[in-house]
Amino acid sequence: MALLRKSIVSTLLALVASVALADVSLLNASYDVARDVYKDYNPLFLKYWKAKSGETLELKQSHGGSSKQVRAVADGLEADVVTMNQANDIEYLADKGLVAKDWAKKFPNNASPYTSAMVFIVRKGNPKAIKDWSDIAAPGVQMIIPHPKNTGNGRNTYLSAWAWALRQPGGNDKSAQEFLGKLLKNAPLFAAGGRDATTTFMQRRMGDVLITFESEAEMIAKEFGRGEFEVVYPSLTLQTEFPVALVEKVVDKKGTRTQAKAYLDYLWSKEGQENAAQNYLRPRDPELLKKYANFFPPVKTFTVEEVFGSANKAFATHFKDGGSFDQIYQSK
Amino acid sequence: MAAKTHRVLPGFGLALGYTLVYLSILILLPLGGMVLKASELGFGQIIDIALGERSLAAFRVTFGASFLAAAINAFFGLIVAWVLVRYPFPGKRFIDALVDLPFALPTAVAGITLATLYAGNGWLGQYLEPLGIKVAYTPLGIVVALTFVTLPFVVRTLQPVIEDIETELEEAAASLGASRWQTFVKVIFPAIFPALLTGFALAFARAVGEYGSVIFIAGNLPLISEITPLLIISKLEQYDVLGATALAVVMLALSFILLLAVNVLQWWTANRHKNSEPLEVTAAKAGGVSA
Repeated sequence: MALLRKSIVSTLLALVASVALADVSLLNASYDVARDVYKDYNPLFLKYWKAKSGETLELKQSHGGSSKQVRAVADGLEADVVTMNQANDIEYLADKGLVAKDWAKKFPNNASPYTSAMVFIVRKGNPKAIKDWSDIAAPGVQMIIPHPKNTGNGRNTYLSAWAWALRQPGGNDKSAQEFLGKLLKNAPLFAAGGRDATTTFMQRRMGDVLITFESEAEMIAKEFGRGEFEVVYPSLTLQTEFPVALVEKVVDKKGTRTQAKAYLDYLWSKEGQENAAQNYLRPRDPELLKKYANFFPPVKTFTVEEVFGSANKAFATHFKDGGSFDQIYQSK
Repeated sequence: MAAKTHRVLPGFGLALGYTLVYLSILILLPLGGMVLKASELGFGQIIDIALGERSLAAFRVTFGASFLAAAINAFFGLIVAWVLVRYPFPGKRFIDALVDLPFALPTAVAGITLATLYAGNGWLGQYLEPLGIKVAYTPLGIVVALTFVTLPFVVRTLQPVIEDIETELEEAAASLGASRWQTFVKVIFPAIFPALLTGFALAFARAVGEYGSVIFIAGNLPLISEITPLLIISKLEQYDVLGATALAVVMLALSFILLLAVNVLQWWTANRHKNSEPLEVTAAKAGGVSA
């Protein structure tokens, strides 16, 4: 009996202790490859917050596929903030009432503290002379991308090519879909995810061009050496955003609104922006963009809103079942 | 129950109750939840989702590749199990331990490793591709991944059964004049066939649900190399939980029917075997035929 009582008491104590810890701990649910950015960002913020408020925070990270993370938050993962790589993932949380409906207006720049762009990675010397999207759709060229329907990286590629085709002389939805059909014929496979596509292209030497985030190119250089590949900027490509939001329900429940908001605000500070730049993500701060100009050559980009209206609309038209991607793969 | 059967060990009621509760919590509850969720859709809608062009192609790829992988393992797994039980050789324990590795390895690791091996510049792929055999990023790659993942099922199911077959039976058959082939077909094979079927069914069932290893080597092209679990993930990516459960329920029903068929076949062969005659008589007959 004594033993039982003891174990109950210690269990309760442990519970109390964990609750006490949770008072000053923030959980950031983030997309998969954001690990490096936030690993570097968190110590910066801790230091800043300690100096400002004297409070010692505990910052926890949870990483996974963007949509998987969002489903986890919707199912009860108590994340104070979400930092994602697709707006429609945050829209889903807004629909569920976890995030403010006008989340994109709660922070500057569409609530995206940094951006990237979809670029081409080609073999050294660019043997197939790939300069623009039309060159990839040419016969005999092989393109490596992750699954356009199931991965954010693949969707961004698809939308980039679609927008480019729209902006060609006489371009319309029909000609864009035809172009995408030609382009996708040159995909010998759809990789499981962004990193899998990189491995397939760099290590297994499949394909002539890999399409991925500009930020990924530096990862490739670190991993495989700079002498192995070249980066090609197409004439038009998608500016990819990385939206962030407060999870209202969770911060209200945990009483962490102030800290969580500060955590996100600080992403726009000089330190936060510089950290993004050092992780090869384009900072919003024009001065820093200039300072790191050798990482970020000028490129003509468009946003999803400009061409497709909204992230949700783009998703519904192209990637839902029966959308433009599925239509391309219907046998006639 | 009229007659009270006598058991040496007590506790039948308790054990049965425990079994039912355990299985209910572990299996029936989640599966029931899934079926309940899917029932929010009408039967017609579920059928529509299942009969879509992409879904049908994925079912073909999934069940076809799983069947092939299970069949390959039934054949080669039998040889492996036989060798491991019957012949002493140096390093036997090591080889025996190797068989379990596919269980221990995270399936994604297996998929990435296989894709690297069989890609055009891989250790194996560089010799296969000049022969026109493409493995990585084709349906053949799916079969390879599934064969790897399901190997232990057949071997581990067969081993104890082969251990139980007394070598005296083979000697008896031989001494009665049976040829080696007859000894195998009429004496040994009937004894291990039920276990072989079980191993096949386990391997098949495991293969149907496999996701992690397959997506890295499949190529995932619509209508060609997409597996059903990938379509389910694709629906979840669209936050279409209902559609995903619908596919899952159809997959579950198909698997259940196939496993049931295997079980019936197994029961039938076991019964036929039991009712006909003891092994010794079969052995004698086998000998008699050849004499």
